[in-house]
Amino acid sequence: MAIAVSQPQAPARRARRNSPMYRAWQRYRKNWFAVAGLIWVIIFFIIGIIGPWIAPYSYTYADFLHMHSGPSWQHWFGTDTVGYDVFSQILYSIRYALEIALGATCVSFLIGVILGLWAGLAGGLIDIIVMRAVDFMFALPSFFFALILMVLLGKGIFPMILAIGVPGWAGYARLIRSLVLAMRNGEMVEAARALGASQWHIARKYMFPNVMGSMVVSLAFGIPYDLTAQAGLSIVGMGLNPPMPSFGNMLAQAGANILGFPWLLYFPAGVFAITLLSFLFVADGLQEAFNPKGGV
Amino acid sequence: MSSEVLLEVHEVSKRFRVQGRDLHAVEKVSFQLQRGQTFGLVGESGSGKSTLGRLVLKLLEATEGRIVYQGKDITRFTQKQMRPLRQEMQIIFQDPMASMSPRMTIGMAIEDAMIIHRIGTKEERQKRVDELLERVGLPREVKWAYPHELSGGQLQRVGIARALSLRPKLVICDEPISALDVSIQVQVIQLLRELQQDYDLTYIFISHNLAVVEYLSDVVAVLYLGEVVEQAPAEELFSRPTHPYTQVLIQSILKMPRSLEERQVLTPIQGEIPSPFDPPKGCPFHPRCPMAVDRCRTTKPERRLIGPNHAVACHLAT
Repeated sequence: MAIAVSQPQAPARRARRNSPMYRAWQRYRKNWFAVAGLIWVIIFFIIGIIGPWIAPYSYTYADFLHMHSGPSWQHWFGTDTVGYDVFSQILYSIRYALEIALGATCVSFLIGVILGLWAGLAGGLIDIIVMRAVDFMFALPSFFFALILMVLLGKGIFPMILAIGVPGWAGYARLIRSLVLAMRNGEMVEAARALGASQWHIARKYMFPNVMGSMVVSLAFGIPYDLTAQAGLSIVGMGLNPPMPSFGNMLAQAGANILGFPWLLYFPAGVFAITLLSFLFVADGLQEAFNPKGGV
Repeated sequence: MSSEVLLEVHEVSKRFRVQGRDLHAVEKVSFQLQRGQTFGLVGESGSGKSTLGRLVLKLLEATEGRIVYQGKDITRFTQKQMRPLRQEMQIIFQDPMASMSPRMTIGMAIEDAMIIHRIGTKEERQKRVDELLERVGLPREVKWAYPHELSGGQLQRVGIARALSLRPKLVICDEPISALDVSIQVQVIQLLRELQQDYDLTYIFISHNLAVVEYLSDVVAVLYLGEVVEQAPAEELFSRPTHPYTQVLIQSILKMPRSLEERQVLTPIQGEIPSPFDPPKGCPFHPRCPMAVDRCRTTKPERRLIGPNHAVACHLAT
């Protein structure tokens, strides 16, 4: 018998220990990079929330007496060409970067889920139209799309969320559609129908729990992508206007001053790179953890 | 055994439209099923036996014909109209793992059947899950397990328990044992048999394993390319197979020889089952039939009775 009945007094606890969620966490925990990434991501989120309160200077405060100064006790990460404190700038940037990246990912995801579900469940002509639209989106560089949208919408946080989020739906739509298609004709759904379950019951209790893992993983990969897109837009001058702090603005400025004031590059680029890596490690870890064939 | 007719399938056909062509999955199949009986459906893969099972359950819509359940014509019932009836007609799948959600415990999976039909309170349902697990011969702890923790045989018992949870009258067994180890096949067959007697179940037993069908069934229909080529009470069919296809099928059953001298001469069926997109003209079996004559290639044999309840579709049958 494959079932160990050693602890009959606490079978409910045993069930929890064997639940797919718990086992996923067990697998996740074994991946050191993913755990380290998760810790940094959590710190990053906390900074995003409380950053403005712990920043030593306002992002509009320019210390004219200490322009281009290197790292010191006064300015931990140095100051830039107009005397802005780089450390404070980074703290503020994290908040805006997160707002935009999370917002954009949500927008992409929402559009993607709606269109993907629609295509997968309706099938036929709707499916064909949506999938050709997906092909179209994949054929065009989405960064180019974002640039056009920025021009149309003007600058600001909300336009940026839309500019990055709207072109990003195609990947999600394709994923959701394929998941729905695979399950719609699968035996699990057929069995549920044979039991007499309604469409809604099947979607809620059978389909959703089984696609949740894949959706979380794709979201986790989407956030670092949108973070890069957001910085990229600022680097080409289509992001937030200075003095609104953003990683892109800082990196663009640092690039121009790389010879004389390298700390302008080191600190923002370092924080940004670690952040991107952390998000990717988390996404990787999640993917491994949710892979249903990932062993125990 | 009462002679109440539970299910009547009348000239049912199913054609799938695949890339502009018609796939003839089931062609004009008719049968009657009395309460408490077992109707065996045999045939090679692709012969339409599973499709027929799904047509009866209305998991697929029939293209033609009528399906009458307990005097009600359910052929044009919508999915919504079918829902209450689903309590009475259940199905056991070939692959129990694929038919269950990997994210539900066994207890949840069985209970969900009752939740769907709003049966009982939570405590009552839990009690019923315990009873059912015990009835199908599983330890109660299985309730807390996830499908991946059980073996194929255990999972099939869970599948049976889930089907039984709604107290059905008709159970369609779609190759319930073909994915299991031989030693476990026997146990599951025994279980199905016991349950049939205890709960007065009516089975449609779909299988390509003739020996099992012979053991379980009262009436057997042999399907070939979606058509019933021979249908008769089990004893009659296996003692006096009339259609050449039935004959070769029965000859190809592997038996344990008692001694080496008795070793069976195996006669494999020639060729493959033809494409269901364009079934052969005349008798669908003629390209593989050892006895085919000219008439078989041109005219399709009608099904006719050659004995009491013994129908066969062959020109040569007497």
